[in-house]
Amino acid sequence: MTIEVGAAHRDEMRRHAEEAYPHECCGFLVGVNGEKGKTIRSIRRAANTRDDSPQNRYLIDPLEFLKAERQARADGLDIIGIYHSHPDHPARPSEFDREHAWPYYSYIIFSVERGNVVDARSWLLDESRAAFTEEAAEGLEIQ
Amino acid sequence: MPKIVIPSALKGFTGGHGEVNVEGATVGAALDAFVERFPDMRKHLYDDSGRLRHFVNIYVNDADMRELQKTETPLNETDEVSIVPAIAGGVDTAADPLSGQPWLNNRLSSLPELNQEEKLRYSRHLIMPEVGVEGQRKLKAASVICIGTGGLGAPLALYLSAAGIGRIGLVDYDVVDFTNLHRQVIHFTGDVGKPKLQSAAEKIEQINPNVTLDLHETVLTSENAMDILRPYDIVIDGTDNFPTRYLVNDACVLLGKPNVYGSIFRFEGMASVFDARRGPCYRCMFPEPPPPGMVPSCAEGGVLGILPGLIGVVQATEAIKLILGIGDPLIGRLLWIDALKMRIRELKLAKDPDCPVCGVNPTIHELIDYQQFCGIPTHQEEGLGSEWEITPREVKARLDRGDRLQIIDVRNPEEWEISRIEGARLVPLPQLADRLGEIPRDVDLVLQCKSGVRSARALEQLRDAGYTRLKNLQGGILAWSDEVDPSVAKY
Repeated sequence: MTIEVGAAHRDEMRRHAEEAYPHECCGFLVGVNGEKGKTIRSIRRAANTRDDSPQNRYLIDPLEFLKAERQARADGLDIIGIYHSHPDHPARPSEFDREHAWPYYSYIIFSVERGNVVDARSWLLDESRAAFTEEAAEGLEIQ
Repeated sequence: MPKIVIPSALKGFTGGHGEVNVEGATVGAALDAFVERFPDMRKHLYDDSGRLRHFVNIYVNDADMRELQKTETPLNETDEVSIVPAIAGGVDTAADPLSGQPWLNNRLSSLPELNQEEKLRYSRHLIMPEVGVEGQRKLKAASVICIGTGGLGAPLALYLSAAGIGRIGLVDYDVVDFTNLHRQVIHFTGDVGKPKLQSAAEKIEQINPNVTLDLHETVLTSENAMDILRPYDIVIDGTDNFPTRYLVNDACVLLGKPNVYGSIFRFEGMASVFDARRGPCYRCMFPEPPPPGMVPSCAEGGVLGILPGLIGVVQATEAIKLILGIGDPLIGRLLWIDALKMRIRELKLAKDPDCPVCGVNPTIHELIDYQQFCGIPTHQEEGLGSEWEITPREVKARLDRGDRLQIIDVRNPEEWEISRIEGARLVPLPQLADRLGEIPRDVDLVLQCKSGVRSARALEQLRDAGYTRLKNLQGGILAWSDEVDPSVAKY
């Protein structure tokens, strides 16, 4: 599987991750899931409702998810994934990420070191929910 | 008809439909009708006991059904029931107790590379996303020191070296003894008499020649502990005595290192990770050592040979997790394994703000005298005084002369079963006070145990009860076997 990100969307998410630092940011990947894989059409920011420990946790209000999905469907699109940031940690899913993740969605993680995004990778949870696999993501590379 | 709205993640189970109309007067009835039509959905929405999974929310229009009447919430024709995935995640900071350690801050390029042989050797690690090439390189960059190569140290050294820890330090000064072999599986029968470090090093070299070994053939003391432990990332405590445990704990707190703790006795074992930077230390759990002699050692009380394997492997697992920065470390938790009942319990451990070494206002700023702290008597004060002692040869000579002499064996019945001195009478130390009636006052008594320590305590008890004709058999049955009768089995 691949996901086509595109430089403009990557930069939009990257800005969000850097603005939110030292907290985690989160948001939706809106797009289409076609035969050749997923394509991001737009990025929708979400509020991190974890005000107890926003530096290492994110939680999206289900109502915000519902609204994002309604809007996406009205536009003929879908939520195809979630992005979030790992302040001062690598761009790989944590055990906590895995326990709370869904198969199907692409999980793009931005590693933010001292306020600057240094790495970004996309991950897919396998059907058994046991493990994440890295997904090829076009246009996600951080130079 | 009410409508069920399906998130894109689950559309694969509804033939691609994002919305489905179903019959149902309540949310529960509508969901039942829905999973009946799409049976594959059931396992995604409900767990095995039929409860809604924790990562699934059900919304009726814009309200969480849990804030309405849950599955009893009534539905009308135009209502929308949405399956909403819970979206959460984040970094496991608690699982990264080493985030201050060099390799986690290093860019990937500064971790050591894996050669082809290593890639093959560690392939089952490499294909797991939690480890991967990056994780294996962290293991290779890491250094771990094991205090002791005995019951706990044996499985630790075997598994940590197999797992590819780059540098392993071992501290031990003992030699391999026959009584070690039933549990210290890194030592073989042919190694009896060899220094434990040499024996362990030979096995590790066979298991994984990539490991760099540091052999510290010494007793860990307050004088040398800081220098020995300082170069390592993780300290693993595989010792069996209280002075060393407090010593290792305090040194780790002072050095800012995680201390992976384990202890064993008979069928029970405990393990935890003490990292004072993120949780309690050993002193938070046990501020004071028990009085000397109250908690028997494995040499006195015995241990199931397999138990140190269980606990040592828990410790090794925790060390690997700490290095990889994955999972939930045993910080602030004490794992308690009862092998007889085969039950594992978990106790929460809290950091003590008044802890003298890791609390808010610590009073211990350097290592202290741990023998004294644990109330271990020095050799001068330990003995009864020579007028109370008798050697095995003297006892034998007196028996041969036909003196009236009674040997009282104060060991436990299990030890009596292994071997005994002919003519001795068994009165186990714990029962001594209640069985004085069986102990004659009109003959010379020789008190005997395995090595002379418990019988000295028995002598004191009898002396306090008014007995006067008392002697303690120096060196116990072990010395008897060495000096008088080799047919008496040692253990």
